[in-house]
Amino acid sequence: MSSEYAIEARGLSKHFGSLKAVNQLDLKVPRGQIYGFLGPNGSGKSTTIRMLCGLLTPTEGTATVLDTEVPGDSRDLKPKIGYMTQKFSLFGDMTVFENLQFISEIYSYPKSGRIGRIDELLEKYDLTQQRRQMAGTMSGGQKQRLALACAVLHGPDLLLLDEPTSAVDPQSRRDFWSNLFRLAERGTTILVSTHYMDEAERCHRLAILDRGIKVADGTPRDLQASTGMRVIEVIADDPYAAQAVIHDLAEVASVTQLGVRLRVLIPEHHDNALQIVERALSAAGVDAQSSLSSATLEDVFVAVTMGPEERIA
Amino acid sequence: MKSLSRLGAIIKKEVRQLRRDRLTFGMVFGLPVIQILLFGYAINTDVRHLRTAVANQADTHLSREFIANIGATQVVNIIDEVSTPEELESLLRRGEISIGILIPADFDRRVLDGTRSAVQLLLDGSDPTVLSVASQLRNVPIQYSPAAGTGNRATAIETRPYYNPERRTPVNIVPGLMGVILMMTMMLFTAVAIVRERERGNLELLINTPVSSAELMIGKVTPYIAIGLLQLALILGVGQLLFDVPVRGSIMDLYIAGIAFIAAKLALGLLISTAVHTQFQAMQMTVFILMPSILLSGFMFPFDGMPAVAQFIGEILPTTHFIRLTRGIMLRDAPLAELTTDFYYLVGFTLVAMTIAALRFTKRLD
Repeated sequence: MSSEYAIEARGLSKHFGSLKAVNQLDLKVPRGQIYGFLGPNGSGKSTTIRMLCGLLTPTEGTATVLDTEVPGDSRDLKPKIGYMTQKFSLFGDMTVFENLQFISEIYSYPKSGRIGRIDELLEKYDLTQQRRQMAGTMSGGQKQRLALACAVLHGPDLLLLDEPTSAVDPQSRRDFWSNLFRLAERGTTILVSTHYMDEAERCHRLAILDRGIKVADGTPRDLQASTGMRVIEVIADDPYAAQAVIHDLAEVASVTQLGVRLRVLIPEHHDNALQIVERALSAAGVDAQSSLSSATLEDVFVAVTMGPEERIA
Repeated sequence: MKSLSRLGAIIKKEVRQLRRDRLTFGMVFGLPVIQILLFGYAINTDVRHLRTAVANQADTHLSREFIANIGATQVVNIIDEVSTPEELESLLRRGEISIGILIPADFDRRVLDGTRSAVQLLLDGSDPTVLSVASQLRNVPIQYSPAAGTGNRATAIETRPYYNPERRTPVNIVPGLMGVILMMTMMLFTAVAIVRERERGNLELLINTPVSSAELMIGKVTPYIAIGLLQLALILGVGQLLFDVPVRGSIMDLYIAGIAFIAAKLALGLLISTAVHTQFQAMQMTVFILMPSILLSGFMFPFDGMPAVAQFIGEILPTTHFIRLTRGIMLRDAPLAELTTDFYYLVGFTLVAMTIAALRFTKRLD
């Protein structure tokens, strides 16, 4: 009987010497959803993905991936998952067609359907023009589409994508995500790691990782509603001066500058958050407009990834 | 001044990086020491203890005394006594001895006679040093009684170089060269094969597919066997065409031995590939094995002339065994069936190296 979850991890940990790259991670990824891993570099995203597909042995904990136990014999698992590495890992000195053909043979795709399947993928991922081009000479976006085509060629139930969009332009990222949605609609479970907020927002659910620890998880909407912070947006002519003033306030948890705007996070128990900021700015003679705002995912991220010492400040 | 500071920055960076690449750092000190040991052991023109068998058909007091005298020179090491010249030839062909001493039944009479040679030295001419060393043996005295003059004793000991009567160098060099050339190319190809994919990131993709370690290893090696055979044919062709190097034995045997050797070298290359992290390190390791393979395999310097340690290392190296096979098959017309020890060693080496390589390569990243 298959579980309703494609991935269920219990206390998954990976230590490299004294470094706890992943620490006691619990995870439930429902089937057919796009599940995001959001976190800065070094937060344990890649390590987790590598443990889930059997590339790394967990130091502690177990996971059930598509009804297969990890760690364990991952031989049965391999044909059911598609994996896209962070770095382009196809063969640069082979053409697009040759790469796809190689993958189809490795996965023992039925011989009679191979060419048809490759043509279908070339069409779907807009690579028909590049069919005879050496993969190494393609642009970042083209390489990424080829990598995705190779990862899905054998029709996996689960796709593990490790920062798939880190080397491509915004347009390619949008196209890439619409491809992911099409795959999810057809029942593929997708686990995707990213450090882009806009991508995280597109996921059905996501987990935020920070220094190996899962600090929050849920739907993007839930996460935004439960930051425990009030968000104040400050627009100032001199944002540096404004930031200096606000940063010194005892009530403020964090200040982030976005161009001329400042995002100020103040814990919810301060009812008069807006007034605190306004008063401090006018007292310092800084010309600024402040308003309450709803939390974006970026705010959520800032709120949950603050270290304990920053929280006290 | 600015240039000096930039220069200093580059020097500091190089030293820092060098220190962190432990393998390279080890090579800085390890290579000179190992090289000097290798050369010191291998380059020994004062060859001693050549393996020798005696067929003493006379079995007289005089003949036994002569054998004792020959043994006292320490040039030969008598390891076997047989009764017929045919047995001596067979031992020579199989490469078990380098020199066969034939003492005819009428030895005593021949010594007294003085006009005919009393002893025949059957020499393995496929090894050039044997020929030069054997000339020392011609001076070993044969005396019936202390009073007897030596007279025209120059003809007492007759040498008969087998397999290379014209004493041409290419005849000796080419069979050994086959081993050296094949070793270089085969080992290097596969040594970088896995590392290159690791460096390029292909490996992370491959190990996440249903491909098994064994499939990956065997699949990587197989095309190179064909390439190796092609190289073998090329060296043979050029050797025959330009240097008139004979293939006296079965060409089929030669190719079978070739496959065994190529497989051994490819397996060794794969093993290196699983042990190092960069292509540069793979090259260094290859050179590291290349040097003893050239120096201690009997290719350049006679195997018998080396001390026990060097011989022991030489016995481990597949090249040593392949060179014995090629010299045997090409020059001495020895069938592979008579050279089984060396052949099975190559097969065994391949299996062991392949197994270790496949085990080391666990399809995991940790």
